[in-house]
Amino acid sequence: MSGPKTSRSSLEGEKNRPAAAAAAAREPMNVLIVGVGGQGVIMVSKALAWLAQSKGFEVKQSEVHGMAKRGGSVFSHVRFGAQVFSPTIPQGEADILVALEWAEGLRWLPYLKAESGIFICDTKRIVPPFACLNRRPGAPLRYSRETPAEVKAHVAEGYAVDATAMAERLGNERAANVVLIGALSSALEFSAAEWEKAISAFVPKKTVAVNLEAFRLGRAWIDEARTESPQAEASPEPRLPGAEAPVQVRLEITRAWCKSCDICVKVCPERCLRLDAERIAELTDPAKCTGCRLCEFLCPDFAIRVHREASPERDGARA
Amino acid sequence: MRAVPQQAEESQARQDVRPLTGNEAIARGAWEAGVRVAAAYPGTPSTEILESLAEYPAEDVHAQWSTNEKVALDVAIGASFAGARALAAMKHVGLNVAADAFMSQAYIGANGGLVLAVCDDPGIHSSQNEQDSRIFGQLAGVPVLEPSDAQEALDLTRLAFEISERFDTMVIVRGTTRLSHTRSPVAVGERSAPPARGFVEDPGKNVMIPAHARRRHVAVVEREAKLKAYLETAPINRWETGAANFGVITAGTCYPYVREVLPNASVLKLGASWPLPEALIKRYCESVERLFVVEELEPVIEREVRALGFRAEGKEFFPRVGEFSPEIVRAGFEKAGVLAPRAHKRAWTPEPLARPPVLCAGCPHTSSFMAVRASGARVAGDIGCYTLACLDPLRGLDTTVSMGSSIGNAIGIWRGGETRPVLATIGDSTFLHAGIPGLIDAVYNQANITVLILDNHVTAMTGGQDHPGTGKTLRGEESPRVDYEALARAVGVKWVRTVDSYDLAAMYQNLREAIAHRGVSVLISNRPCVLDPVKIKGPALAVDNEQCNACQSCMNLGCPALTWGDDTFEARHKVKIDGSLCIGCTLCAQVCSVDCIKPAAKVNS
Repeated sequence: MSGPKTSRSSLEGEKNRPAAAAAAAREPMNVLIVGVGGQGVIMVSKALAWLAQSKGFEVKQSEVHGMAKRGGSVFSHVRFGAQVFSPTIPQGEADILVALEWAEGLRWLPYLKAESGIFICDTKRIVPPFACLNRRPGAPLRYSRETPAEVKAHVAEGYAVDATAMAERLGNERAANVVLIGALSSALEFSAAEWEKAISAFVPKKTVAVNLEAFRLGRAWIDEARTESPQAEASPEPRLPGAEAPVQVRLEITRAWCKSCDICVKVCPERCLRLDAERIAELTDPAKCTGCRLCEFLCPDFAIRVHREASPERDGARA
Repeated sequence: MRAVPQQAEESQARQDVRPLTGNEAIARGAWEAGVRVAAAYPGTPSTEILESLAEYPAEDVHAQWSTNEKVALDVAIGASFAGARALAAMKHVGLNVAADAFMSQAYIGANGGLVLAVCDDPGIHSSQNEQDSRIFGQLAGVPVLEPSDAQEALDLTRLAFEISERFDTMVIVRGTTRLSHTRSPVAVGERSAPPARGFVEDPGKNVMIPAHARRRHVAVVEREAKLKAYLETAPINRWETGAANFGVITAGTCYPYVREVLPNASVLKLGASWPLPEALIKRYCESVERLFVVEELEPVIEREVRALGFRAEGKEFFPRVGEFSPEIVRAGFEKAGVLAPRAHKRAWTPEPLARPPVLCAGCPHTSSFMAVRASGARVAGDIGCYTLACLDPLRGLDTTVSMGSSIGNAIGIWRGGETRPVLATIGDSTFLHAGIPGLIDAVYNQANITVLILDNHVTAMTGGQDHPGTGKTLRGEESPRVDYEALARAVGVKWVRTVDSYDLAAMYQNLREAIAHRGVSVLISNRPCVLDPVKIKGPALAVDNEQCNACQSCMNLGCPALTWGDDTFEARHKVKIDGSLCIGCTLCAQVCSVDCIKPAAKVNS
């Protein structure tokens, strides 16, 4: 195997390859791969690290797992070059940021080199339960609202890929990470054949064929994206559930009709009802009540009524 | 020093170079050194050391999961008594559990080489604190070797066995999360197992009664002096010369950060952070005008250097809390005036999305904590995935202290005058680790508490390791399973029941009855983890969008497969299910107030 190329732009005679080609013999090449637990971040970084090492580079690949498996944010730093000291990439020094999920890509943007960093991000949105905590009528989803166009305006070179949809079309949604490897491969000076060898080594035997297809798809996509006008974008802007006009919720409890059966307390999704000292239903936290009417519907004695009134001057729509 | 790529390729041809994590390298080093017995209790970031050792031939090394770290260390100590090389591995807080055995064994020393791999977690990625284990070395008079990368992890682990036998001492190999989980190239060697030494009868050394221990303490102090003398010239310390205007003493994973930001500075890299080679440090301090000590967590080396009479600068520039990074080390040197401040280019930084770890879709803990929350009890929690139930929306536990604490805490909370019912929630592996003495205490002292054992048939948090309740050993051999019901009855618990975690109504009902029982009651919530040992996947459910009234009852599960759809009802978001995440546990369907959650096939038809 030949050593890494340090000059000359391309190995396969293709023009228009991204500029961050490996001058890694002098300065380490820094690739940050991020996503959500279970998406295959570690597999991508392992394949890259294996490939770089097979080309004779010193490679450090650093990740933190443990809690990460539980749907948390996952990241893996891959650094390779003639000599690599720190296993982690310093902020602002990543040559390439590969994100398997949209909001995770945004989170790590400060790690990207301002003047030359390449941003490759799946537009897939994995909305965490935390984004749905405010259930007040009209409250918006708490998910990143930045659009691909906005992000691309702020990075040296940016690609928003709908890799998950591409993988789905191949019949295996889980190959989305390999679509992104395809996109990444175009920015590094390893040949397609070498990448395919690396991928075959790290995906389950049964899925090698579909993953190689995913790789080629991702590689072709980014080559095309580079030649097209920068505005042309395959992925649609993500549609987020919007905020509606805020309403005020008022609970009317007829004390004389309540027979302390406790049903409303048990069914309240916001857990904001209880029985008071006289064992009559009472609303403990009016700010929490979303007016879902479960208590009204299920009260056997019609003791609870929910009133929803337009609230003129409330900023209840703020998350 | 690492070679440039071309040379690296040549040397690769001669030598077997593999990409290994720090943990894999420690395991490899132990195997090469001829380790015969290894034991551990899983704990992030140390878990993979034993998993990796179990991949070597069973004839070479007996590798086992122990019920807790103290047992693991005792097993290793026993093997050392028998003359075999032995290793125990644990995370930093595991050493607290093993501390009793550790402190005594420091007096006894080692017959067969005895190595303790301890992995600290600066930055608290997956722990309850970030204590600095090097201080345990100081406390016990046991040497602490600190690898800075995977190659050193292998080399120092091999060396640790030699030091152990040569100086008659247990040796700590101390890593951190960053070492454990960073993969870098390692030149591996062959196994060279020394002949077994056999058991050496020596009660004055091996039996720690006061008369013997007094003499052994003298031996520990003398041993420390010998180790110091050895470390003065040991090749594991590296004096890398540079300009004399300032110098840096560092060790372990801080070294690469220092080199990253100061590639040409004068550095004294210590291979052991205890004991310290005083003469070498003196010579080094005298060679530079200004001296910095860069170390994560506690100022262990810095204090010693100051005690030698040198003005060392360290913790005023480099924080005592959290994990280091090149940025933090750079910032420290900038503050100290050694590096020119970099022009701060403020990158465009969108507000990051909060994404804390959550219980998996279909996690049986979800229903347990739905029932716990509805019970209105005061809840003492424990260590495991279920600690995540402290977060909204489950918000089902009030305290978490350490492994197995929940039951003792619950007894104390009840004795302390809590008027609500008191509940302890504890996972199966944690219960076996340190929960059983607490349960016996509760029965013995006639506490009125309920213990909810969350039995998911695996040590889930650390990635699915076996334990005495799974019926399998580390190497996958069949072994007897602990019967929790029988165990609870045997220690005197009168009210014991097992319930299917996925049967939400049964969970609510049985928990209520358990709480109503006066005295100690034990309820076992029983369902396997959805990830390990086999990934469970059933037909996904879907929401009938027409029917959903957006009441949010299902959102109280905190299930990652449930999220808000595009539609609303009375300005509240209707719910949708991510079919790729849903495993079909039906918990959401069980809480749905309008029965709009059904098998996906039915909804779509």
